[in-house]
Amino acid sequence: MIRLKDVHKTYVNGTHALNGVSFQVDDGDFAFLVGPSGSGKSTIIKLLTGEIVPDRGRVMVNGFSVSNIREWQIPLMRRTVGVIFQDFRLIQNKTVYDNLALAMRAVGASRATVQERIPYVLELVGLRGKEKSFPDQLSGGEQQRVAIARALVNNPITIVADEPTGNLDPAMSLEIMTLLERINALGTTVIVVTHERELVNHFRKRVILLDRGTVIGDGVGTYEVEA
Amino acid sequence: MKNIGYFFSEGCRNMLTHGFMSFAAVGITVACLLIMGTFSLVAYNANVNLEILQRENAVVAFVDDSLSDQEAQAIESRLAAVPGVADVTFVSRQEARDTYVANYDENGLYSELSANVFRHRYVIHITDQEQMHAIAAAVEDVEGIDKVRADEAITTGFITVRNVAQIISFALIAVLLVVSLFIISNTIKLTTFDRKDEIAIMKVVGATDGFIRWPFVFEGMIFGLVGSVVAFGLQWLLYAAIADGIAGNDTLQLIRIVPFGAIWAPVALFFLVVGMLVGIAGSLMAIHRFLRV
Repeated sequence: MIRLKDVHKTYVNGTHALNGVSFQVDDGDFAFLVGPSGSGKSTIIKLLTGEIVPDRGRVMVNGFSVSNIREWQIPLMRRTVGVIFQDFRLIQNKTVYDNLALAMRAVGASRATVQERIPYVLELVGLRGKEKSFPDQLSGGEQQRVAIARALVNNPITIVADEPTGNLDPAMSLEIMTLLERINALGTTVIVVTHERELVNHFRKRVILLDRGTVIGDGVGTYEVEA
Repeated sequence: MKNIGYFFSEGCRNMLTHGFMSFAAVGITVACLLIMGTFSLVAYNANVNLEILQRENAVVAFVDDSLSDQEAQAIESRLAAVPGVADVTFVSRQEARDTYVANYDENGLYSELSANVFRHRYVIHITDQEQMHAIAAAVEDVEGIDKVRADEAITTGFITVRNVAQIISFALIAVLLVVSLFIISNTIKLTTFDRKDEIAIMKVVGATDGFIRWPFVFEGMIFGLVGSVVAFGLQWLLYAAIADGIAGNDTLQLIRIVPFGAIWAPVALFFLVVGMLVGIAGSLMAIHRFLRV
Protein backbone atom coordinates (compact mmCIF):
# COMPACT_ATOMS: atom_id res chain seq x y z
CA MET A 1 0.00 0.00 0.00
CA ILE A 2 1.13 3.50 -0.86
CA ARG A 3 -0.05 6.29 1.40
CA LEU A 4 0.80 9.98 1.43
CA LYS A 5 -0.67 12.15 4.17
CA ASP A 6 -0.31 15.92 4.15
CA VAL A 7 3.11 15.71 2.49
CA HIS A 8 5.15 18.88 2.05
CA LYS A 9 8.44 19.17 0.21
CA THR A 10 10.50 22.25 -0.55
CA TYR A 11 13.83 21.92 -2.38
CA VAL A 12 16.95 23.80 -1.31
CA ASN A 13 16.49 26.27 -4.17
CA GLY A 14 13.18 27.31 -2.60
CA THR A 15 10.83 25.46 -4.97
CA HIS A 16 7.69 24.32 -3.14
CA ALA A 17 7.22 20.96 -4.89
CA LEU A 18 4.48 19.49 -2.69
CA ASN A 19 2.04 21.45 -0.54
CA GLY A 20 0.03 19.04 1.57
CA VAL A 21 -0.45 16.10 -0.80
CA SER A 22 -2.60 13.23 0.47
CA PHE A 23 -3.74 10.06 -1.32
CA GLN A 24 -3.68 6.33 -0.87
CA VAL A 25 -3.24 3.50 -3.38
CA ASP A 26 -4.25 0.12 -1.98
CA ASP A 27 -2.54 -3.15 -2.80
CA GLY A 28 -3.61 -4.43 -6.20
CA ASP A 29 -4.91 -1.04 -7.38
CA PHE A 30 -4.06 0.74 -10.62
CA ALA A 31 -3.72 4.53 -10.58
CA PHE A 32 -2.63 7.23 -12.98
CA LEU A 33 -0.83 10.16 -11.46
CA VAL A 34 -1.28 13.04 -13.85
CA GLY A 35 -0.62 16.73 -13.99
CA PRO A 36 1.30 19.40 -15.88
CA SER A 37 5.05 20.00 -15.54
CA GLY A 38 5.94 21.26 -12.10
CA SER A 39 2.85 19.73 -10.51
CA GLY A 40 4.97 17.50 -8.23
CA LYS A 41 4.78 14.12 -10.05
CA SER A 42 8.56 13.61 -10.11
CA THR A 43 8.86 14.58 -6.46
CA ILE A 44 6.30 11.91 -5.56
CA ILE A 45 8.31 9.31 -7.50
CA LYS A 46 11.46 10.35 -5.65
CA LEU A 47 9.60 9.96 -2.36
CA LEU A 48 8.32 6.52 -3.34
CA THR A 49 11.83 5.34 -4.27
CA GLY A 50 13.46 6.74 -1.16
CA GLU A 51 15.61 9.25 -3.05
CA ILE A 52 14.29 12.08 -0.89
CA VAL A 53 12.35 12.39 2.35
CA PRO A 54 9.40 14.74 2.96
CA ASP A 55 9.84 17.92 5.00
CA ARG A 56 6.49 17.36 6.64
CA GLY A 57 3.74 14.76 6.53
CA ARG A 58 3.89 10.99 6.19
CA VAL A 59 4.83 8.74 3.26
CA MET A 60 4.23 5.00 3.65
CA VAL A 61 5.53 2.62 1.00
CA ASN A 62 4.57 -1.02 1.43
CA GLY A 63 4.96 -0.89 5.19
CA PHE A 64 8.04 1.38 5.25
CA SER A 65 7.72 4.92 6.54
CA VAL A 66 9.83 7.06 4.19
CA SER A 67 9.50 10.00 6.57
CA ASN A 68 11.71 8.39 9.19
CA ILE A 69 13.31 5.50 7.33
CA ARG A 70 16.77 4.36 8.41
CA GLU A 71 19.50 4.20 5.82
CA TRP A 72 19.81 0.41 5.97
CA GLN A 73 16.06 0.06 5.34
CA ILE A 74 16.11 2.00 2.06
CA PRO A 75 17.36 -0.94 -0.09
CA LEU A 76 14.75 -3.18 1.55
CA MET A 77 12.02 -0.67 0.73
CA ARG A 78 13.26 -0.31 -2.85
CA ARG A 79 12.94 -4.06 -3.32
CA THR A 80 9.18 -3.70 -2.88
CA VAL A 81 8.95 -1.09 -5.66
CA GLY A 82 9.78 -1.76 -9.31
CA VAL A 83 10.55 1.43 -11.22
CA ILE A 84 10.11 1.97 -14.97
CA PHE A 85 11.66 5.05 -16.58
CA GLN A 86 10.75 6.98 -19.71
CA ASP A 87 14.26 6.48 -21.14
CA PHE A 88 14.30 2.73 -20.25
CA ARG A 89 17.75 2.97 -18.56
CA LEU A 90 18.96 -0.36 -19.86
CA ILE A 91 22.65 -1.22 -19.75
CA GLN A 92 23.62 -1.05 -23.39
CA ASN A 93 26.55 -3.47 -23.26
CA LYS A 94 24.50 -6.18 -21.56
CA THR A 95 22.07 -8.54 -23.19
CA VAL A 96 18.40 -8.59 -22.23
CA TYR A 97 19.10 -11.60 -20.03
CA ASP A 98 22.08 -9.89 -18.34
CA ASN A 99 20.10 -6.69 -17.73
CA LEU A 100 17.53 -8.71 -15.85
CA ALA A 101 20.14 -10.87 -14.16
CA LEU A 102 21.91 -7.72 -12.88
CA ALA A 103 18.71 -6.58 -11.16
CA MET A 104 18.29 -10.00 -9.57
CA ARG A 105 21.93 -10.47 -8.55
CA ALA A 106 21.90 -6.97 -7.06
CA VAL A 107 19.46 -8.14 -4.43
CA GLY A 108 21.35 -11.35 -3.79
CA ALA A 109 19.39 -13.84 -5.93
CA SER A 110 21.23 -17.09 -6.62
CA ARG A 111 22.22 -18.14 -10.14
CA ALA A 112 19.60 -20.89 -10.05
CA THR A 113 16.82 -18.46 -9.10
CA VAL A 114 17.93 -16.09 -11.86
CA GLN A 115 17.86 -18.89 -14.44
CA GLU A 116 14.41 -19.94 -13.31
CA ARG A 117 12.78 -16.50 -13.02
CA ILE A 118 14.00 -14.65 -16.14
CA PRO A 119 12.33 -16.89 -18.78
CA TYR A 120 9.05 -16.60 -16.88
CA VAL A 121 9.19 -12.79 -16.75
CA LEU A 122 10.25 -12.50 -20.40
CA GLU A 123 7.33 -14.70 -21.35
CA LEU A 124 5.04 -12.41 -19.35
CA VAL A 125 6.19 -9.30 -21.21
CA GLY A 126 6.21 -11.06 -24.59
CA LEU A 127 9.95 -11.11 -25.13
CA ARG A 128 10.68 -14.84 -25.08
CA GLY A 129 13.51 -15.53 -27.50
CA LYS A 130 15.10 -12.09 -27.07
CA GLU A 131 17.33 -13.12 -24.17
CA LYS A 132 20.56 -12.72 -26.12
CA SER A 133 19.65 -9.46 -27.85
CA PHE A 134 21.33 -6.22 -26.86
CA PRO A 135 19.10 -3.17 -26.18
CA ASP A 136 20.15 -1.39 -29.38
CA GLN A 137 18.92 -4.39 -31.38
CA LEU A 138 15.39 -3.88 -30.04
CA SER A 139 12.61 -1.41 -30.89
CA GLY A 140 11.62 1.28 -28.40
CA GLY A 141 8.57 -0.73 -27.35
CA GLU A 142 10.66 -3.84 -26.84
CA GLN A 143 13.20 -1.92 -24.81
CA GLN A 144 10.42 -0.63 -22.58
CA ARG A 145 9.19 -4.22 -22.21
CA VAL A 146 12.68 -5.18 -21.04
CA ALA A 147 12.52 -2.32 -18.53
CA ILE A 148 9.14 -3.59 -17.35
CA ALA A 149 10.56 -7.10 -17.08
CA ARG A 150 13.45 -5.73 -15.03
CA ALA A 151 11.03 -3.93 -12.73
CA LEU A 152 9.02 -7.14 -12.33
CA VAL A 153 11.84 -9.61 -12.02
CA ASN A 154 12.25 -9.22 -8.26
CA ASN A 155 8.51 -9.65 -7.75
CA PRO A 156 7.78 -6.19 -6.26
CA ILE A 157 4.54 -5.26 -4.53
CA THR A 158 4.26 -2.02 -6.51
CA ILE A 159 5.33 -0.91 -9.97
CA VAL A 160 5.93 2.81 -10.42
CA ALA A 161 6.15 3.83 -14.07
CA ASP A 162 7.51 7.30 -14.76
CA GLU A 163 6.20 8.44 -18.18
CA PRO A 164 6.65 4.89 -19.55
CA THR A 165 5.28 5.80 -22.97
CA GLY A 166 6.98 9.16 -23.32
CA ASN A 167 9.40 7.87 -25.98
CA LEU A 168 6.96 5.62 -27.84
CA ASP A 169 4.48 6.02 -30.68
CA PRO A 170 0.73 5.80 -29.83
CA ALA A 171 0.33 2.15 -30.90
CA MET A 172 3.34 1.07 -28.88
CA SER A 173 2.17 3.19 -25.94
CA LEU A 174 -1.15 1.40 -25.93
CA GLU A 175 0.63 -1.97 -25.96
CA ILE A 176 2.82 -1.00 -23.01
CA MET A 177 -0.13 0.31 -21.04
CA THR A 178 -2.07 -2.87 -21.77
CA LEU A 179 0.87 -4.85 -20.50
CA LEU A 180 0.90 -2.83 -17.29
CA GLU A 181 -2.84 -3.45 -16.96
CA ARG A 182 -2.21 -7.21 -17.31
CA ILE A 183 0.53 -7.06 -14.68
CA ASN A 184 -1.91 -5.27 -12.38
CA ALA A 185 -4.50 -7.98 -13.01
CA LEU A 186 -1.94 -10.48 -11.69
CA GLY A 187 -1.96 -8.64 -8.35
CA THR A 188 0.81 -6.03 -8.58
CA THR A 189 -0.08 -2.46 -7.62
CA VAL A 190 0.65 -0.13 -10.55
CA ILE A 191 1.10 3.64 -10.44
CA VAL A 192 1.66 5.28 -13.80
CA VAL A 193 2.89 8.84 -13.93
CA THR A 194 2.01 10.40 -17.23
CA HIS A 195 0.69 13.51 -18.97
CA GLU A 196 -0.77 11.66 -21.96
CA ARG A 197 -4.42 12.56 -21.68
CA GLU A 198 -5.71 10.23 -24.44
CA LEU A 199 -4.01 7.19 -23.02
CA VAL A 200 -5.35 7.90 -19.54
CA ASN A 201 -8.86 8.44 -20.88
CA HIS A 202 -8.68 5.19 -22.88
CA PHE A 203 -8.19 2.99 -19.82
CA ARG A 204 -10.74 4.62 -17.49
CA LYS A 205 -8.82 3.84 -14.31
CA ARG A 206 -8.37 5.85 -11.17
CA VAL A 207 -6.77 9.23 -11.89
CA ILE A 208 -5.02 11.35 -9.29
CA LEU A 209 -4.68 14.87 -10.66
CA LEU A 210 -1.93 17.10 -9.35
CA ASP A 211 -1.39 20.80 -9.84
CA ARG A 212 1.26 23.00 -8.25
CA GLY A 213 1.99 20.48 -5.53
CA THR A 214 -1.54 19.68 -4.46
CA VAL A 215 -4.08 17.01 -5.39
CA ILE A 216 -6.90 18.73 -7.28
CA GLY A 217 -8.73 15.62 -8.39
CA ASP A 218 -8.96 11.96 -7.45
CA GLY A 219 -11.42 9.49 -8.92
CA VAL A 220 -12.09 6.81 -11.50
CA GLY A 221 -12.61 8.15 -14.97
CA THR A 222 -10.73 10.48 -17.25
CA TYR A 223 -7.96 13.05 -17.04
CA GLU A 224 -10.58 15.80 -16.55
CA VAL A 225 -11.95 14.03 -13.47
CA GLU A 226 -13.30 16.27 -10.72
CA ALA A 227 -12.39 15.74 -7.11
CA MET B 1 29.65 -14.81 1.51
CA LYS B 2 27.46 -16.62 -1.05
CA ASN B 3 28.20 -13.83 -3.52
CA ILE B 4 31.97 -13.98 -3.18
CA GLY B 5 32.40 -15.71 -6.55
CA TYR B 6 30.24 -13.05 -8.19
CA PHE B 7 32.22 -10.21 -6.57
CA PHE B 8 35.51 -11.78 -7.62
CA SER B 9 34.44 -12.36 -11.22
CA GLU B 10 33.04 -8.81 -11.45
CA GLY B 11 36.30 -7.45 -10.00
CA CYS B 12 38.32 -9.39 -12.61
CA ARG B 13 35.99 -8.22 -15.39
CA ASN B 14 36.41 -4.57 -14.33
CA MET B 15 40.16 -5.01 -14.29
CA LEU B 16 40.28 -6.57 -17.76
CA THR B 17 37.91 -3.99 -19.25
CA HIS B 18 40.42 -1.24 -18.54
CA GLY B 19 43.56 -3.12 -19.51
CA PHE B 20 45.92 -0.20 -19.85
CA MET B 21 44.86 1.59 -16.68
CA SER B 22 44.93 -1.70 -14.81
CA PHE B 23 48.44 -2.29 -16.09
CA ALA B 24 49.41 1.22 -14.92
CA ALA B 25 47.85 0.63 -11.49
CA VAL B 26 49.66 -2.69 -11.06
CA GLY B 27 52.87 -1.15 -12.43
CA ILE B 28 52.82 1.75 -10.00
CA THR B 29 52.06 -0.62 -7.12
CA VAL B 30 55.06 -2.74 -8.12
CA ALA B 31 57.32 0.30 -8.39
CA CYS B 32 56.16 1.69 -5.06
CA LEU B 33 56.52 -1.60 -3.22
CA LEU B 34 59.92 -2.21 -4.78
CA ILE B 35 61.28 1.18 -3.75
CA MET B 36 59.74 0.87 -0.27
CA GLY B 37 61.08 -2.68 0.06
CA THR B 38 64.58 -1.81 -1.12
CA PHE B 39 65.04 1.05 1.31
CA SER B 40 63.49 -0.93 4.15
CA LEU B 41 65.89 -3.79 3.44
CA VAL B 42 68.88 -1.42 3.34
CA ALA B 43 67.80 -0.04 6.73
CA TYR B 44 67.29 -3.57 8.04
CA ASN B 45 70.72 -4.75 6.90
CA ALA B 46 72.39 -1.65 8.32
CA ASN B 47 70.71 -2.43 11.61
CA VAL B 48 71.85 -6.05 11.52
CA ASN B 49 75.42 -4.90 10.82
CA LEU B 50 75.21 -2.48 13.73
CA GLU B 51 74.12 -5.29 16.02
CA ILE B 52 77.03 -7.41 14.84
CA LEU B 53 79.35 -4.47 15.39
CA GLN B 54 77.89 -4.09 18.84
CA ARG B 55 78.91 -7.64 19.58
CA GLU B 56 82.32 -7.49 17.88
CA ASN B 57 83.48 -3.91 17.94
CA ALA B 58 85.00 -3.42 21.36
CA VAL B 59 86.59 -0.44 23.05
CA VAL B 60 90.11 -1.27 24.24
CA ALA B 61 91.30 0.54 27.37
CA PHE B 62 95.08 0.41 28.05
CA VAL B 63 96.14 0.38 31.69
CA ASP B 64 98.72 2.84 32.98
CA ASP B 65 102.16 1.17 32.88
CA SER B 66 103.04 2.37 36.35
CA LEU B 67 100.35 0.19 37.96
CA SER B 68 101.16 -3.22 39.40
CA ASP B 69 99.35 -6.33 38.13
CA GLN B 70 97.02 -6.33 41.15
CA GLU B 71 96.26 -2.62 40.80
CA ALA B 72 95.59 -3.09 37.07
CA GLN B 73 93.08 -5.85 37.76
CA ALA B 74 91.40 -3.83 40.45
CA ILE B 75 90.18 -1.28 37.89
CA GLU B 76 87.73 -3.81 36.41
CA SER B 77 84.86 -3.04 38.78
CA ARG B 78 85.19 0.71 38.14
CA LEU B 79 85.10 0.13 34.37
CA ALA B 80 82.06 -2.13 34.64
CA ALA B 81 80.28 0.67 36.53
CA VAL B 82 80.67 3.13 33.63
CA PRO B 83 77.19 3.72 32.11
CA GLY B 84 76.79 2.01 28.72
CA VAL B 85 79.38 -0.69 29.38
CA ALA B 86 77.99 -4.17 28.67
CA ASP B 87 80.94 -6.29 29.77
CA VAL B 88 84.60 -5.93 30.65
CA THR B 89 87.36 -8.48 30.11
CA PHE B 90 90.88 -8.08 31.52
CA VAL B 91 93.68 -9.04 29.12
CA SER B 92 97.10 -9.27 30.68
CA ARG B 93 100.36 -8.27 28.98
CA GLN B 94 101.20 -11.92 28.46
CA GLU B 95 97.82 -12.74 26.93
CA ALA B 96 98.07 -9.73 24.63
CA ARG B 97 101.54 -10.78 23.53
CA ASP B 98 100.42 -14.38 22.91
CA THR B 99 97.43 -13.28 20.83
CA TYR B 100 99.62 -10.93 18.82
CA VAL B 101 102.21 -13.58 18.12
CA ALA B 102 99.49 -16.11 17.22
CA ASN B 103 97.96 -13.64 14.76
CA TYR B 104 101.03 -12.13 13.14
CA ASP B 105 104.04 -14.36 13.68
CA GLU B 106 105.60 -15.67 10.54
CA ASN B 107 108.59 -17.98 10.54
CA GLY B 108 109.22 -17.41 14.25
CA LEU B 109 109.88 -13.69 13.74
CA TYR B 110 108.19 -12.72 17.01
CA SER B 111 109.05 -15.79 19.04
CA GLU B 112 111.43 -13.80 21.21
CA LEU B 113 109.01 -10.90 21.66
CA SER B 114 108.81 -9.81 25.29
CA ALA B 115 105.44 -9.36 27.03
CA ASN B 116 106.77 -6.08 28.49
CA VAL B 117 106.30 -4.45 25.11
CA PHE B 118 102.56 -4.83 25.67
CA ARG B 119 100.34 -3.26 28.27
CA HIS B 120 97.62 -4.69 30.44
CA ARG B 121 94.32 -3.86 28.84
CA TYR B 122 90.59 -4.20 29.12
CA VAL B 123 88.36 -5.26 26.23
CA ILE B 124 85.06 -3.47 26.79
CA HIS B 125 81.79 -4.17 24.93
CA ILE B 126 79.22 -1.43 24.98
CA THR B 127 75.44 -1.54 24.88
CA ASP B 128 74.86 1.16 22.27
CA GLN B 129 77.23 1.83 19.40
CA GLU B 130 75.80 5.31 18.92
CA GLN B 131 77.18 6.19 22.39
CA MET B 132 80.66 4.88 21.61
CA HIS B 133 82.34 8.28 21.68
CA ALA B 134 80.86 9.28 25.04
CA ILE B 135 81.52 5.87 26.61
CA ALA B 136 85.13 5.86 25.37
CA ALA B 137 85.63 9.29 26.95
CA ALA B 138 84.12 8.10 30.24
CA VAL B 139 86.34 5.01 30.24
CA GLU B 140 89.38 7.19 29.60
CA ASP B 141 88.47 9.23 32.68
CA VAL B 142 88.65 6.15 34.92
CA GLU B 143 91.70 6.39 37.14
CA GLY B 144 94.44 4.01 36.04
CA ILE B 145 93.43 4.06 32.36
CA ASP B 146 96.09 5.61 30.20
CA LYS B 147 94.62 5.46 26.74
CA VAL B 148 91.50 4.23 24.94
CA ARG B 149 91.18 2.89 21.39
CA ALA B 150 87.73 2.91 19.79
CA ASP B 151 86.97 2.30 16.08
CA GLU B 152 84.39 5.01 15.81
CA ALA B 153 84.68 5.49 12.05
CA ILE B 154 83.12 2.13 11.14
CA THR B 155 80.39 2.54 13.71
CA THR B 156 79.63 6.06 12.58
CA GLY B 157 79.49 4.85 8.97
CA PHE B 158 76.94 2.16 9.73
CA ILE B 159 74.87 4.46 11.90
CA THR B 160 74.79 7.06 9.13
CA VAL B 161 73.77 4.48 6.51
CA ARG B 162 71.06 3.11 8.79
CA ASN B 163 69.69 6.52 9.75
CA VAL B 164 69.68 7.80 6.17
CA ALA B 165 68.04 4.61 4.92
CA GLN B 166 65.45 4.81 7.68
CA ILE B 167 64.60 8.44 6.98
CA ILE B 168 64.47 7.87 3.22
CA SER B 169 62.39 4.73 3.59
CA PHE B 170 59.90 6.43 5.93
CA ALA B 171 59.61 9.45 3.65
CA LEU B 172 59.35 7.30 0.53
CA ILE B 173 56.81 4.98 2.11
CA ALA B 174 54.63 7.96 2.97
CA VAL B 175 54.95 9.56 -0.48
CA LEU B 176 54.63 6.32 -2.43
CA LEU B 177 51.65 5.14 -0.43
CA VAL B 178 49.84 8.33 -1.39
CA VAL B 179 50.92 7.98 -5.04
CA SER B 180 49.77 4.33 -5.29
CA LEU B 181 46.55 5.17 -3.51
CA PHE B 182 45.90 7.99 -5.97
CA ILE B 183 46.66 5.90 -9.08
CA ILE B 184 44.63 2.89 -7.95
CA SER B 185 41.79 5.11 -6.85
CA ASN B 186 41.77 6.88 -10.23
CA THR B 187 41.84 3.60 -12.14
CA ILE B 188 38.88 2.33 -10.18
CA LYS B 189 37.14 5.69 -10.56
CA LEU B 190 37.36 5.14 -14.30
CA THR B 191 35.70 1.75 -13.90
CA THR B 192 33.01 3.16 -11.63
CA PHE B 193 32.39 6.05 -14.00
CA ASP B 194 31.98 3.55 -16.83
CA ARG B 195 29.49 1.65 -14.74
CA LYS B 196 27.62 4.56 -13.17
CA ASP B 197 24.37 3.62 -14.98
CA GLU B 198 24.73 0.08 -13.75
CA ILE B 199 25.32 1.31 -10.21
CA ALA B 200 22.27 3.59 -10.42
CA ILE B 201 20.08 0.69 -11.59
CA MET B 202 21.43 -1.52 -8.82
CA LYS B 203 20.52 1.16 -6.29
CA VAL B 204 17.02 1.54 -7.74
CA VAL B 205 16.28 -2.19 -7.53
CA GLY B 206 17.42 -2.25 -3.90
CA ALA B 207 21.07 -3.31 -3.88
CA THR B 208 22.84 -2.45 -0.67
CA ASP B 209 25.90 -0.18 -0.77
CA GLY B 210 27.97 -3.14 0.39
CA PHE B 211 26.86 -5.28 -2.54
CA ILE B 212 27.74 -2.53 -5.01
CA ARG B 213 31.04 -1.80 -3.30
CA TRP B 214 32.43 -5.34 -3.11
CA PRO B 215 33.34 -5.91 -6.79
CA PHE B 216 35.35 -2.67 -6.72
CA VAL B 217 37.02 -3.67 -3.46
CA PHE B 218 37.94 -6.98 -5.09
CA GLU B 219 39.32 -5.10 -8.08
CA GLY B 220 41.53 -3.02 -5.79
CA MET B 221 42.57 -6.13 -3.92
CA ILE B 222 43.54 -7.85 -7.17
CA PHE B 223 45.64 -4.81 -8.15
CA GLY B 224 47.38 -4.99 -4.79
CA LEU B 225 47.78 -8.76 -4.91
CA VAL B 226 49.22 -8.90 -8.43
CA GLY B 227 51.40 -5.87 -7.68
CA SER B 228 52.78 -7.38 -4.49
CA VAL B 229 53.53 -10.77 -6.10
CA VAL B 230 55.40 -9.15 -9.00
CA ALA B 231 57.19 -6.74 -6.64
CA PHE B 232 58.23 -9.62 -4.39
CA GLY B 233 59.76 -11.52 -7.31
CA LEU B 234 61.63 -8.46 -8.52
CA GLN B 235 62.76 -7.61 -4.98
CA TRP B 236 64.18 -11.10 -4.62
CA LEU B 237 66.16 -10.80 -7.87
CA LEU B 238 67.37 -7.30 -7.00
CA TYR B 239 68.39 -8.30 -3.48
CA ALA B 240 70.25 -11.37 -4.73
CA ALA B 241 72.09 -9.28 -7.33
CA ILE B 242 73.12 -6.65 -4.75
CA ALA B 243 74.17 -9.32 -2.24
CA ASP B 244 76.31 -11.03 -4.91
CA GLY B 245 77.84 -7.70 -5.86
CA ILE B 246 78.81 -6.92 -2.27
CA ALA B 247 80.14 -10.43 -1.64
CA GLY B 248 82.32 -10.16 -4.74
CA ASN B 249 83.76 -6.77 -3.81
CA ASP B 250 86.94 -6.76 -1.68
CA THR B 251 86.20 -3.42 0.01
CA LEU B 252 82.53 -4.09 0.73
CA GLN B 253 83.07 -7.58 2.13
CA LEU B 254 83.02 -6.03 5.60
CA ILE B 255 79.26 -5.56 5.18
CA ARG B 256 77.21 -8.60 6.08
CA ILE B 257 74.09 -9.13 4.01
CA VAL B 258 71.30 -11.20 5.50
CA PRO B 259 70.43 -13.96 2.98
CA PHE B 260 67.03 -13.37 1.32
CA GLY B 261 66.04 -16.92 2.25
CA ALA B 262 66.11 -15.86 5.91
CA ILE B 263 63.81 -12.86 5.46
CA TRP B 264 61.52 -13.75 2.53
CA ALA B 265 58.50 -14.48 4.73
CA PRO B 266 58.24 -11.07 6.46
CA VAL B 267 59.09 -9.33 3.17
CA ALA B 268 56.31 -11.26 1.37
CA LEU B 269 53.87 -10.50 4.19
CA PHE B 270 54.80 -6.81 4.13
CA PHE B 271 54.31 -6.60 0.35
CA LEU B 272 51.04 -8.50 0.49
CA VAL B 273 49.57 -6.49 3.36
CA VAL B 274 50.69 -3.08 2.06
CA GLY B 275 49.72 -3.91 -1.54
CA MET B 276 46.26 -5.16 -0.66
CA LEU B 277 45.54 -2.43 1.87
CA VAL B 278 46.50 0.25 -0.66
CA GLY B 279 44.31 -1.47 -3.25
CA ILE B 280 41.31 -1.70 -0.94
CA ALA B 281 41.72 1.86 0.35
CA GLY B 282 42.06 3.14 -3.24
CA SER B 283 38.88 1.39 -4.33
CA LEU B 284 36.91 2.60 -1.32
CA MET B 285 38.01 6.17 -2.04
CA ALA B 286 36.91 5.80 -5.66
CA ILE B 287 33.50 4.24 -5.07
CA HIS B 288 32.49 6.51 -2.19
CA ARG B 289 31.19 9.29 -4.47
CA PHE B 290 29.13 6.99 -6.69
CA LEU B 291 27.16 5.51 -3.83
CA ARG B 292 25.51 8.78 -2.91
CA VAL B 293 22.25 8.12 -4.81
